[in-house]
Amino acid sequence: MAMADATDEIGTETDKRGRLVTSDGTPLRRALERANRRRKISAFLLVSPLLAFILIFFAFPIAQMMWRSVDNPQIVNALPRTLDALQDWDGTGLPDERVYAALHADMMEDLDRERRDQKIGPLGIRLNYELSAARSAISRTARSVPDFEAPYRDAFTDAHRLWGQPELWRVIQREGRPLTLSYYVAALDREYDEFGNIVKRDENRQIYVSLFGRTLALSLAITLMTFILGFPIAYFLSTLPMRYANLLMIAVLLPFWTSLLVRTSAWIVLLQQQGVINNALVGMGFINDDGRFSLIYNQTGTIIAMTHILLPFMVLPLYSVMRTVPPSYMRAAKSLGATPWTAFRRVYFPQTLPGIGAGGVLVFIISIGYYITPALVGGQSGRMISNEIARHIQQSLNWGLAAALGSMLLVGVLVLYWLYNRLVGTDSLKFG
Amino acid sequence: MSMPAYYTAKDKIWHYAFRVICYSIFFFLLAPILIMIPLSFNAQPFFTFTREMLTLNPEGYSLRWYQDFFGSESWMRSIRNSFIIGIAATIVSTTLGTLAALGLSRSEMPAKGLIMGILISPMIVPLIISAAGMFFFFSSINIAQTYLGVVLAHAALGTPFVVITVTATLVGFDQSLTRAAANLGASPTRTFFKITMPLILPGVISGALFAFITSFDEIVVVLFVAGVEQRTIPREMWSGIREDISPTILAVATILVLISVALLSVVELLRRRGERLRGLTPQ
Repeated sequence: MAMADATDEIGTETDKRGRLVTSDGTPLRRALERANRRRKISAFLLVSPLLAFILIFFAFPIAQMMWRSVDNPQIVNALPRTLDALQDWDGTGLPDERVYAALHADMMEDLDRERRDQKIGPLGIRLNYELSAARSAISRTARSVPDFEAPYRDAFTDAHRLWGQPELWRVIQREGRPLTLSYYVAALDREYDEFGNIVKRDENRQIYVSLFGRTLALSLAITLMTFILGFPIAYFLSTLPMRYANLLMIAVLLPFWTSLLVRTSAWIVLLQQQGVINNALVGMGFINDDGRFSLIYNQTGTIIAMTHILLPFMVLPLYSVMRTVPPSYMRAAKSLGATPWTAFRRVYFPQTLPGIGAGGVLVFIISIGYYITPALVGGQSGRMISNEIARHIQQSLNWGLAAALGSMLLVGVLVLYWLYNRLVGTDSLKFG
Repeated sequence: MSMPAYYTAKDKIWHYAFRVICYSIFFFLLAPILIMIPLSFNAQPFFTFTREMLTLNPEGYSLRWYQDFFGSESWMRSIRNSFIIGIAATIVSTTLGTLAALGLSRSEMPAKGLIMGILISPMIVPLIISAAGMFFFFSSINIAQTYLGVVLAHAALGTPFVVITVTATLVGFDQSLTRAAANLGASPTRTFFKITMPLILPGVISGALFAFITSFDEIVVVLFVAGVEQRTIPREMWSGIREDISPTILAVATILVLISVALLSVVELLRRRGERLRGLTPQ
């Protein structure tokens, strides 16, 4: 088609040697190539403003955030001399006086810097992620450093006991490079032992792996629930004449279009201890006043509310696939002697699999990254990984760890999305 | 769907049981949203039906939560903010998205799959990650806690919907129309506004509505990027739910439901018009 267009635009003649040329004498092949290139460029020019916009304000910020999960400038910036002196230390016992002298020089230099350029503060925060109490060791020492006199080793160990322990020095040595894996080590509930090996953390400090596990389990439960509830109504809608189906479709689309916060608050109103459901059950005498169910601020709340919120994402793809399954197949199966159940299982159900796959992956992708609903109705047991990421960004300010957790989540979602694409193709994404 | 005459008693029971199941699921979908509407007229500060409400005693009902809402400085500011940010973000994302869709639907477009993937990524990436990335980046270029920052963030989140909707409209677009216009001497700009635009307008409008509702309903990015000045309705509801939950939330929710019904109707009308134009549904 492109060829034909180009020829129309150019108009052709023949030159002396019988080659096709345009009216100004350029060989036709070259003219066509040029026209084609021009079309390519003009198509790309149309796309480029949005592409640039998305790259600058969306892709770059995310890449920058992921970079934080390995970026490790604090120790290198604050203690260049110390790291240099520490190179020959073998990790046993305490480093020699030379290292402590270098540490003193590094800390003295920092005192001369402008307040906002000081590097000791960030250093303390960074070390504290690896070794609790390191921050107070740094800040307490930094105050008294100008009064230190040689031998510095004693001066430092007197100022804070941590300077007399090889543990802190091992952390400085290990993390004294521009890139680190330690945030990922922490995000996987691991830590370094005294020999620098990666080992599991104590039971009671393991949080993230089980949180990832819980996020996956909750998302699976939500996906399963949306399938159980979505399959019958998608089927029902697909058997109705268009006019009725469109009317009933409103029941699916209205929640889809209603604000997320509205739907979440609706569930709070319904499910809380003094809420509509518990009150109705007490009022009708099914339970007594002390036996009210705790339906919210736990996993149950998260599952119920999110199933409701994500159900349309299951129903819409299922419905569009079911509409295309000819009803005559089921009738044929039955007339050939299949029971309704066999006909359904062997003939109808396999044909709806693309829809199930599409809806299932979609719901699953959305739910593993969900933040708002678990934060509002999830309580402690219904929290998901997103909530932990938000906590590290806003409260504990451990941005490296937040970035490591976020990168792992993002990679998981992208893999699933790739899978989704293989299953159904992006073209089938439609709304409403 | 009437029942065939050959149905046995068992078939009939199943037929009705299935309908009961389906209607209960529809009930599950609609009831939580609809139940807030009567509750928002509660005269008492409770989230449940009082005895007066159940006996339809007029004293059980009042408009006090609506008065609360319309009389509150912060709620009114949040409504203003939601519309300002939503409309500005919609203009940005609809303009950029429509242009991109025009380019993407040309057969000569290079690296189409890759570019499409990048352009719709704001829809795929979990919001918490987008929000965190934008929080760090916008702080570093000093547009965090400004209207500009929130508008740009929401525009980025809304563009995939415009790109997808407009691209879908362009699938059925007859390219010979633009060639005919060019042949008759129209400039590309003129061709776009006189020929292309009127034909793809329904797609553009529904894309724009999607972009608007995305911004209007968005909260995660607002939590991270917006300051107190830029609080939108969802952000105000978030504080309302977390801090002092009062039935004012229900009044707001009712108003928002009405807004979504209005938007849904517009999109539905556009969709049906589009289908009718393409001859998909015999009416």
